[in-house]
Amino acid sequence: MVGVVVAIVWMKDLFSVVMLLGIYGLLTASFFVAMDAVDVAFTEASVGAGISTLLLLVAVAKTKRKEHPVRHKPYIALLVVIVTGALLIYGTFDMPRFGVADAPGHTHVAQRYIQDSYEEIGIPNIVTSVLASYRGFDTFGEVVVIFTAGIAVLALLSVVGGVSGVRRQSFYEQHSMYEQHKVLRIVSKILIPFILMFALYVQFHGEYSPGGGFQAGVIFAAGLILFAMLFGLSTAQRFIKIAWLQLMAALGVLIYGAVGVVSFLNGGSFLDYSVLLENPVAGQHVGIILIELGVGLTVASVITLIFFTFANRKEQYQIVDSTGE
Amino acid sequence: MLNHLPILQVIVPLLAAPICLFLQKPKIVWLFACVATALTFLISVLLLQQVNVSGTLVYELGGWEAPWGIEYRIDDLNALLLLIISSISAVVMWAGHISLSKELNADRHLYFYVLYLLSLAGMLGIVATGDAFNVFVFLEVSSLSAYALIALGRDRRALWASYKYLIMGTIGATFILIGIGLMYQMTGTLNMHDLATRLPEVSQTRTVFVSFAFIVVGVCLKLALFPLHLWLPNAYAFAPSLVTALLAATSTKVAIYLLIRFTFSIYGLSFSFTTLPLNVLFLVLGVLGVFVASVAAIYKRNTKRLFAYSSVAQVGYMIIGFSVGTAAGLSASLIHIFNHALMKGAIFLALGAVVYRVGSVNLSQINGLGREMPYTMAAIVIGGLSLIGVPLTVGFISKWYLIVALLENGWWPVALLVLLGSLLAVIYVWKVVESAYFKPADSDREPVKEAPLGFLIPVWVLVIANVYFGLDTRLSVGVAQAAAAGLFGVTP
Repeated sequence: MVGVVVAIVWMKDLFSVVMLLGIYGLLTASFFVAMDAVDVAFTEASVGAGISTLLLLVAVAKTKRKEHPVRHKPYIALLVVIVTGALLIYGTFDMPRFGVADAPGHTHVAQRYIQDSYEEIGIPNIVTSVLASYRGFDTFGEVVVIFTAGIAVLALLSVVGGVSGVRRQSFYEQHSMYEQHKVLRIVSKILIPFILMFALYVQFHGEYSPGGGFQAGVIFAAGLILFAMLFGLSTAQRFIKIAWLQLMAALGVLIYGAVGVVSFLNGGSFLDYSVLLENPVAGQHVGIILIELGVGLTVASVITLIFFTFANRKEQYQIVDSTGE
Repeated sequence: MLNHLPILQVIVPLLAAPICLFLQKPKIVWLFACVATALTFLISVLLLQQVNVSGTLVYELGGWEAPWGIEYRIDDLNALLLLIISSISAVVMWAGHISLSKELNADRHLYFYVLYLLSLAGMLGIVATGDAFNVFVFLEVSSLSAYALIALGRDRRALWASYKYLIMGTIGATFILIGIGLMYQMTGTLNMHDLATRLPEVSQTRTVFVSFAFIVVGVCLKLALFPLHLWLPNAYAFAPSLVTALLAATSTKVAIYLLIRFTFSIYGLSFSFTTLPLNVLFLVLGVLGVFVASVAAIYKRNTKRLFAYSSVAQVGYMIIGFSVGTAAGLSASLIHIFNHALMKGAIFLALGAVVYRVGSVNLSQINGLGREMPYTMAAIVIGGLSLIGVPLTVGFISKWYLIVALLENGWWPVALLVLLGSLLAVIYVWKVVESAYFKPADSDREPVKEAPLGFLIPVWVLVIANVYFGLDTRLSVGVAQAAAAGLFGVTP
């Protein structure tokens, strides 16, 4: 991991940097597996190693491959980094030792999650119980963060007026693998349905095994993006419209919020799923499935949205270039 | 419904944001956003009333009691901040449609309103919550939307300003997160109230010390404390006028709230001020901030930048009050938070009216505007007098309580410096007044009309508030003192 990080800093070729970042994400994910945090590892693998690599690649494709040479020497930044690092290491001296059973992190709040969550919520995956129910409001906040990111990208980068009207070969169809790489296209054609299926499995099986709305949304979006990359952006956008995606993202947030509102109309407090049904445990279950649906919807739409907005941008420029405006 | 007020405060703007996307038409979205922000304001008034009557309100989210679940905990301090944020955002929103029509392409208006509501909801969420990690989540919501809002400015330099803010803000947020993580490791809890009871046991460890250092530095980045203020002037100068008015009046206040919350309620007074020489450090940085930023403001030709530097200076006053370490000092800070929101809200909104008519806020373009836009310029003048601290305005109240607190503590040299700082404010406010009233209009600038009524009304609401709360201080001083007393009461 240290080797990869040093290489990232030294490299001037941005394409290799992105690839190395992907490797870094995967290594981090393996670390999490080694520490028995499977859910986190899953998220890191799909987000850190998967989707962010993809988005960075699109960004590199849209800009330049080489880093600009830096003229000034950022000594102050180096100093800040060194001080921060030293402080962090200094802070570790008094930490409870790794894996000690009586560390405060294991004995205080976590105790109840481990002992009682199955009875109170009725699902075996404790991580999902904590994320979706005990600390459900944090997860709601995270979904809103993702929604905000999507809207921010749209607000800044969306193409004015849309590309409609002029039927033309898209950037991807000219330059990318559209014409060449038959093997890739056929293999992905077979793979994509399975990727989408797997996403749905992760979505609906999140209570029992690692996974849930975040990972499912990311995987689903990855499937769609793969399709768009191989078969051309305009083909993909013929049936996935940005206008629809942004409504879907909003809908995801609203589903999550609506579950909360319904629970306080039913006499509980915000996001108290126990009051959704007569039986509190069943209510928890229904609540979690619904909010995970909202999470998945928002995550998948926002990521696809960001990809399309990035990719569309270059096409617009190309049109401008070719008409000489 | 009344017992759900704490959560409604946050989710009304939060859920209004995605609903905007379904409404599509900019004018309808604007009306909807106005209703949503007005409702949010109403809720904050009701909340303050409830806190006054029945003391601290606790709301358990998801029905799980803290520390297992997340709780909202509203006391005088939170209620005051909620009132400031929601009132300013509601008033600024009234001017939304008119101001945006000149400053933003019509197809971006929809996204602007969505981001505005999200930013508002994020700030309210930070203030309302009683959970340290929840603070971070809503910090992300509010900062992310703020970066995008700033980048929407017409000038291309807005992108660079926003990028700088993004880098600094992300470092700040990451530092806060590291601090929270280290605290969790030592205590096993994220609930603020629970942290406050469990931290003293481990307060002598290096890990807790480091967590405190990270949180303080992170928060100071966010609140633009000198010398970490470099992102602020450009961000305020190039953002759309409405965004400047909103952020200048609210976002640094939220960061100061966090500083107060972490130092007083979580780590506790004895840890923050006795174990560490925090008050000396803050006193020096606060005084330096007042002087460096005020002098910098004097040399600025763009009035938005000028008042942005003045904001950095005003943060200095708040930090000076904070560093005194007494209830009187803290309440002086809180009073100034309230009053400064009113001053800067009025000034930047009035500058928005200038942008609407003139298209620029450079001093040379303002020449002679006193005759052409009398009501707008009068608003800026009253706001400026308030900044200086002239009697009958809220600025006087702030300075009065700050100086009294300093003198009570025997810090009369600092009190003298505060007065000197006000003299610097006289100079930079005078530069604007001189341009507007005593210089002839530039020949290359077309004569302009007064701003439309839809713009003047919100500006003057804020200006009148500046004068009203300068005379009737029951609300601001009363709540601030109650909040300060509460903070000193809780911590032994």
